[in-house]
Amino acid sequence: MLGGFLGATLVRLAPGFSVDEEELDNRLNQGSIKALRQARASQESLSSFYVHYLDRLVHGDLGTSRTLQQPVTRLLADRFPETLKSVGLGLALGWALGLGLAIASALSRSWFIDLFSSVSAGVLLCMPAAVLAILFVIARAPGRLILGLIVFPKIFRYARNLLVRNAAMPHVLTARAKGAGSFRTLIWHILPVAAPQLLALAGVSVSLVFAAAIPVEALCDLPGIGQLAWKAALGRDLELLVNLTMIVTAVTLLANSAADLLGSPLRMGES
Amino acid sequence: MKWARVGAIVFLIAISVVCLLADFVAPSTYARQFRDAPDAAPSRQHLLGTDDLGRDRFSRLLYGTRVSLLLAPAAALLSCLLAAVIGGTAGFVGGWLERFVMGATDLFLSLPWLFLLITVRAMLPLNIAPFPSVIITFALLGCLGWAASARVICADTRSIKDSGFILLARASGSGGFRLLWRHIVPNLRPVLFAQFWISIPVFILTEANLGILGLGVAEPLPSWGSLLRELESFSTSFDQPWRFAALALFMVVVSCFHLALQKQELPA
Repeated sequence: MLGGFLGATLVRLAPGFSVDEEELDNRLNQGSIKALRQARASQESLSSFYVHYLDRLVHGDLGTSRTLQQPVTRLLADRFPETLKSVGLGLALGWALGLGLAIASALSRSWFIDLFSSVSAGVLLCMPAAVLAILFVIARAPGRLILGLIVFPKIFRYARNLLVRNAAMPHVLTARAKGAGSFRTLIWHILPVAAPQLLALAGVSVSLVFAAAIPVEALCDLPGIGQLAWKAALGRDLELLVNLTMIVTAVTLLANSAADLLGSPLRMGES
Repeated sequence: MKWARVGAIVFLIAISVVCLLADFVAPSTYARQFRDAPDAAPSRQHLLGTDDLGRDRFSRLLYGTRVSLLLAPAAALLSCLLAAVIGGTAGFVGGWLERFVMGATDLFLSLPWLFLLITVRAMLPLNIAPFPSVIITFALLGCLGWAASARVICADTRSIKDSGFILLARASGSGGFRLLWRHIVPNLRPVLFAQFWISIPVFILTEANLGILGLGVAEPLPSWGSLLRELESFSTSFDQPWRFAALALFMVVVSCFHLALQKQELPA
């Protein structure tokens, strides 16, 4: 909630906050302009906005979208499952590719795997999510996969560095010297040490995927909250944007806290 | 990999020089329309053809690259200055101020920043003049991108503050501003430079995303975002491969940044 409020505060501090293009419509008379200003008056003051907002929030009312003329709660209920589906698939694909290639690259010591995975991660890292979405539309490929390709290079680079470093630790070298195989070394000696950092990365990747959902859903015409945020931004729909920011912030905070909670016993075990 | 880094740096310098000299190198201005030749194929007159409004693609690519290559470092500088002030002060003062600032930074980091960016950008009129739109887009990137750097700078300031030579400086009478200015800031320079360089490709990518979504730099001024937006007319893109020139240059530049920064990246 604090995150949403921080977002709303920043919006209010933005120089164009009080400007409404509708007022520039020369077909409107003074009375109509006055009515427009009055309708916006409740949002002008920061404190009154928050008080009204909290009051409505307590009663489960997130307001009405100005551009879509629908209650925000209904819009969220319609769109959020779609985004959750995309995000879930994206995370699963990104992690399977990223961690899989990182493990293969760190353990196999094959120059081909290392080169292939590093080049593919490098190319995807340099590609804006929106371009990837356009290319997928051109190729008529399923748009949901893009989120996985966006998160993959970040996971791969971090996980690979981490696993390579851990693979060179004295206890791993000792295990290898005693005859432990690659799989056994990975499961018993490398991954447990890397687990807290990988869990933290899992929390961060949720935020990354949600951010990437905006261009992907907007350009691939996926009816999720990313597309909703884009439409709200083009329509300057503050009510909807603040709620969306708050919901997504809550989800990412939840993911980060869960990762932190799961990681803390592992960190304690390490120390 | 040293040769690759050197190559990347040389390429970045070369491309920056060519784009800075766009007024002399480009065959026309970015907004000039050749109305008798819309959507033309590459020719001697138009090296990359023209777009659907008849504007020379090569000129627009040069000017667009100039916009992104000049303003992304400016945004990175702004975000690093903010991060240095916020993170540096928190790390230097310590105690409750550090806890409070780091709590706020964590909160800022948990806001998915593209959501926040488009929210703040949307509150500005979308049909503003090109020049203010460039400044606004990159200023927003700079103002909202400080949090991750502030964390690193705060941690570094704290570790410098606790180091032996600072203790000696304190013992010999240095304190307050002098300690900060003469002893801590010079030692923070490497991390500040690293954060500055790392932010540049991030801001270039973000501007491209915003531009493609129609929330970036306004027409007719080109930027990479607006140039890449051309790919949206996908039915003809594959028949006209030169349309991908902007994408190819974009990827080469961003990968050069990554390559040049490889040494400065923090290991896992």
